[in-house]
Amino acid sequence: MKALVLIAPALLALAGCATVQPWEKGKLAKPEMTFGGDKLETRYTDHITTSREAASGGAGVGGGGCGCN
Amino acid sequence: MSARTTRVLRMAVVLAAALEASGASALDKGAAAPAFDLPGKDGAVQLAKYQGKLVYVDFWASWCGPCRQSFPWMNEMQAKYGARGLQVVGVNLDAKTDDARRFLAETPARFAIAFDPAGATPRAYGVKGMPSSVLIGPDGKVLYEHAGFKEADRAELEQVIKKALGGAQ
Repeated sequence: MKALVLIAPALLALAGCATVQPWEKGKLAKPEMTFGGDKLETRYTDHITTSREAASGGAGVGGGGCGCN
Repeated sequence: MSARTTRVLRMAVVLAAALEASGASALDKGAAAPAFDLPGKDGAVQLAKYQGKLVYVDFWASWCGPCRQSFPWMNEMQAKYGARGLQVVGVNLDAKTDDARRFLAETPARFAIAFDPAGATPRAYGVKGMPSSVLIGPDGKVLYEHAGFKEADRAELEQVIKKALGGAQ
């Protein structure tokens, strides 16, 4: 019983491991799989980060934390 | 640690090792190149049909940037050394063959093109990266393997082809 408790999560974790072959990485090679693959989306995300988290700088978008710019 | 826990851990390690081992391993130099018979752009492409020729098998996909770079070079090699017995074979590995056809429409290939959407051939050849190429001698044995394609590789690969052709004649 104890062994089962130990093995079951291990098996579940292993089920998540799939060997992706080099020739099966077509989807990973798409531009939307990269950071900043879409310019508009990147700018939008920057804006949200800047205004909501008051984390400005480093991305070229200014903001004051009020969510209005 | 109790004996039981140790046993369970050992089982987990064995299982993980078994999963790891399922990956294919690359071919050794001098090993017989695995045969293939695939549908191609202009009819079936069989490795056996090129016996007696120096065959440059290139594994490529439409989404792979360096593959696109290698096409003009492969065209050049086929044009330059085709008469001396070189046959370039591009094995496409796109899951959707239509993607490959679209690629070929904008990047012309003047050598044999085969389609292997299931990926059985790269598995047999133990392809480790994209693109990968294997140079197969007239006797059907692996002479040289190469992964990736950079501008700097052009000269080196051409040297290998030249040397192999020199030996074949």
